[in-house]
Amino acid sequence: MNTWIAIGATALGCYAVKLAGLMVPAGALERPLVKRLAALLPVALLAALTAQQTFADGHALVLDARAAGLAAAAVVLMLRAPFLLVVAAAVLVTAGVRAMGG
Amino acid sequence: MLQTCALSLLVFTGASQFALVGALAAGGGPVAAAAGAFFLGVRNAFYGLRLSQVLALSRVARPFAAQWVIDETTAVSLAQPTRRAARLGFLVTGVSLYVLWNLTTLLGALGAEAIGDTDAWGLDAAGPAVFLALLAPMLKSVTERAVASLAVLLGLGLLPVLPAGVPVLVAALAAPLALFVEGRRGGRARGDAPRP
Repeated sequence: MNTWIAIGATALGCYAVKLAGLMVPAGALERPLVKRLAALLPVALLAALTAQQTFADGHALVLDARAAGLAAAAVVLMLRAPFLLVVAAAVLVTAGVRAMGG
Repeated sequence: MLQTCALSLLVFTGASQFALVGALAAGGGPVAAAAGAFFLGVRNAFYGLRLSQVLALSRVARPFAAQWVIDETTAVSLAQPTRRAARLGFLVTGVSLYVLWNLTTLLGALGAEAIGDTDAWGLDAAGPAVFLALLAPMLKSVTERAVASLAVLLGLGLLPVLPAGVPVLVAALAAPLALFVEGRRGGRARGDAPRP
């Protein structure tokens, strides 16, 4: 029963914050400063998430095969390769480094 | 198993789901567990701020779109050049992720052991690579690059010391901070007239 309470509370809370962002009236977002801020926030969040998914292992920072994969993705990205190739490079290099015992 | 599937159907924010399950499994109370999961979901509100401008959804559509406001849909939508493409990107990403996420949750709940070690296939690098590819076109100016760099530093630097989910939220502070510095450099802020 306790688990269901936790699930319900989480579902409601998570939906509420998602909706809250969408429901902010357009008028409040028209000011240039707010507009710039709303555009920059996803950049900050996605950059931090990318870094964490690459270097985090729980609460510890680690340098493992994922970093090699991401580096490969970055190189492929700079060569203006298509999106799927970028992701494939990351996956293949990570798997390759792991297979070699990295 | 019912509970696992309900989580994916109703919460649909991976990080929050993992946090909730982790906290409950560690013997945490339901309220504390839900609070932690909620914290991880807060960043979706920031995504909504930007998405409502880009997608220009009608008032009726918003409650339905809201459930799909997550990392992936935001990244895809914001990478599109036109509103039409952004809406299409949001819809396709939302639908396909929602279906796949819930199907795979069901499969996982039925028999997780059969899959083996997904890490061996390097699939855990796919997530950050996708984010990187979607983020790259957004890093057009010095300000965007500064924000991204600062956010990476904050997100990684605070990871060992703060509870899960909080470092990313702190990293979001890079955005207002960069705007503040930009404003100081550019002299007086332009066109910010007081509203009647």
